[in-house]
Amino acid sequence: MSLESLGWQGLVILVVFGISLLIATYCTYAERVIAAFLQDRVGPDRAGPFGIVQPLADAVKLFTKEEFFPSGANKALFIFGPCLAMITALMSSAVIPFGNFLKFGETVVHLQGIEINVGMLYVFGIVSLGVYGIMIGGWASNNKFSLLGAIRAASQNISYELAMGLALIAVLMMSGSLSLRDITLQQSVPGEWHFWNVVKQPLGFIIFIVCAFAETNRTPFDLPECETELVGGYHTEYSSMKMGLYLFAEYVNVFVASAVMSVIYFGGFNFPFQYELRSWLSSSQGLSIDAAQNIIAILGVVAVFAKIFAFIFFFMWVRWTLPRFRYDQLMRLGWTILIPLAIFNILLTGGLITTGIIPEIKQWW
Amino acid sequence: MSLFLFLSFVALLSALGVVLAKNPVHSVLFLILTFFTLSAHYLLLNAQFLAAVNIIVYAGAIMVLFLFVIMFLNLNEETEPQKPMLAKVAATVSGGLLLLVMVAALRGVEPTGYNAATFDSQIGMVDRLGMVLFKEYSLPFELASILLLAAMVGSVMLGKRETGERNF
Amino acid sequence: MESLSNRAKKLEKKPMTLAERAYLPAIFQGLSITMQHFFRAATKKQITVRYPEETRPFSPVFRGLHVLKRDEQGRERCTACGLCAVACPAEAITMVAGERKKGEQNLYREEKYAVSYEINMLRCIFCGLCEEACPKAAVYLQADKMAPPRYERDEFIYGKDRLVEPVSPDNRSKRGIQLTPEQADKLRTQMQSA
Ligand code: SF4
Ligand code: SF4
Repeated sequence: MSLESLGWQGLVILVVFGISLLIATYCTYAERVIAAFLQDRVGPDRAGPFGIVQPLADAVKLFTKEEFFPSGANKALFIFGPCLAMITALMSSAVIPFGNFLKFGETVVHLQGIEINVGMLYVFGIVSLGVYGIMIGGWASNNKFSLLGAIRAASQNISYELAMGLALIAVLMMSGSLSLRDITLQQSVPGEWHFWNVVKQPLGFIIFIVCAFAETNRTPFDLPECETELVGGYHTEYSSMKMGLYLFAEYVNVFVASAVMSVIYFGGFNFPFQYELRSWLSSSQGLSIDAAQNIIAILGVVAVFAKIFAFIFFFMWVRWTLPRFRYDQLMRLGWTILIPLAIFNILLTGGLITTGIIPEIKQWW
Repeated sequence: MSLFLFLSFVALLSALGVVLAKNPVHSVLFLILTFFTLSAHYLLLNAQFLAAVNIIVYAGAIMVLFLFVIMFLNLNEETEPQKPMLAKVAATVSGGLLLLVMVAALRGVEPTGYNAATFDSQIGMVDRLGMVLFKEYSLPFELASILLLAAMVGSVMLGKRETGERNF
Repeated sequence: MESLSNRAKKLEKKPMTLAERAYLPAIFQGLSITMQHFFRAATKKQITVRYPEETRPFSPVFRGLHVLKRDEQGRERCTACGLCAVACPAEAITMVAGERKKGEQNLYREEKYAVSYEINMLRCIFCGLCEEACPKAAVYLQADKMAPPRYERDEFIYGKDRLVEPVSPDNRSKRGIQLTPEQADKLRTQMQSA
């Protein structure tokens, strides 16, 4: 990799970082608007046209609020908790391929923060660390409700991580690669019909999305911050921007979970008829092959973000539809339903691969 | 090299922190930091898979359970029981013995260094690892998995409700 | 047992069918219901009243802020009889009576008048009993005004300065005895000459 592409790659990382933050910011707005529409209300419409600068107003509010430290709190860890939640949330978007590559002459810019061949494991590892932010914050608050919230978060995350990993293993068995970029490219072979993994793994996808809800602590699995039982759960004692960071981290997590789902199960930056479009552009429109490829790549970025937004919308839609689970129901669902289902899914996938019903994947790129 | 020195320094420092920290929660957090530096070492060795799995399994799952239990027990400086002198001496002796064994075992090892001509940068990659694990070492691998399965069955047995037993 | 109205629904606890236990059909049903509402927001007229710009119309029988009426010559009607204060269940009204001096006939209708008349809007429950008790048709609760929120408690004690309606026939309250057009014209010319 030349120095110049290294510089470009740095820029891509910065842009990915910025986009994650921006999307998380506007998720707070979108959540309220969607909640309002689902409940026949109007939603925020005061700050700017259609309330578009509402997140800014919220930020000002959060920043100017009083910083409060509960007595007996472990001060260092109390501050460290929300920071950790935010850091882990932001780190996972680094390996997500938001697009194929752009080519300017000799320079090739991959529209992905970093490409590592264990991308999926990386995401998985970072997600599993996300719970520390909640646990440390909840414990350091010196409040029993916070502690209960933290403990709920920990056991919930561990339980659902298992089913999530097992659901992913079925995908890995088909793909033969842990790299998110490879998995994306496999889902659209030129000259063949476009197959997203969700078609081959419907059961795995359902398991994965349920686990994604649990991992991001969203309703119906938002028991760590269940206000009817635990005041505010792990962030009961938090105020001002530390509280803001927790709320923010949740939205970054939603964004990352949506991105992972769209990459693994919904073809990522692929969209139907992309190769036909590329050859049409380069043959009958007289564009060079690089320019045609660049146009396809940019359209791919649009496609992946469309998918991500659809998933974010789905997260919010579910939140404003379903009531919260009870804790024992949550655990029963995780351990006695999802995990056996996921194992069954693995066996099924293995059977289908050995009998050749799911064709072997060609490394075509 | 400087990265390696820095990582080793942090690793040793946080490992010391695990032992010396008064608060058990701090100890656990230091231990997690140690795992992170170890993972970074794996990355330096180009073993991405090992690094990721180390974080997922140790930092992501086992340490969460550790923290979980410690938070439940609410251990802190005041409630920590004073260990008798004998236990302290015994701990020091056994720790020293372990150190002795490790030094003795590693003394004979001659670091081969690295030869740029024969060095294979792909050696730690996940597909290579898989090949080795499932071809050359498939029997130990399967044995280990049976061991884990047995442990799993055992824990399910322990956790199962018995008839007539009260659950809260 | 026979129920009285025969409208009680019999609930039976049947074991759940597989579809019910799978839970997913119910989830999709719920999701479709909320989605209908989502699109309703775009198609139907919204029921939200955007308050500062839009206001809900008051009911004609709404009991809001009190007013002390004047008569057709611009004199205060209240004679400080105290019946309203006696009728008030919340004991919100206090007043000090005084005797009308010579030359004040154009200010007060009766010989005895209220030197001060205060209503504590924090105590008042807007029951309207004062309005019904008044023999002189002096106190009314307006249907189109409310006691607005304030920062200080003492700002809620409304004295005569804020209760008595203006003399000008155009600014008078819509409640209570109204002026006929002739009376209003007369009052206007009177005010202009003064
Ligand atoms: S409206 Fe009722 S409570 Fe209020 S002053 Fe009149 S009588 Fe008293
Ligand atoms: S307002 Fe009516 S009832 Fe009250 S003191 Fe005056 S005249 Fe009497």
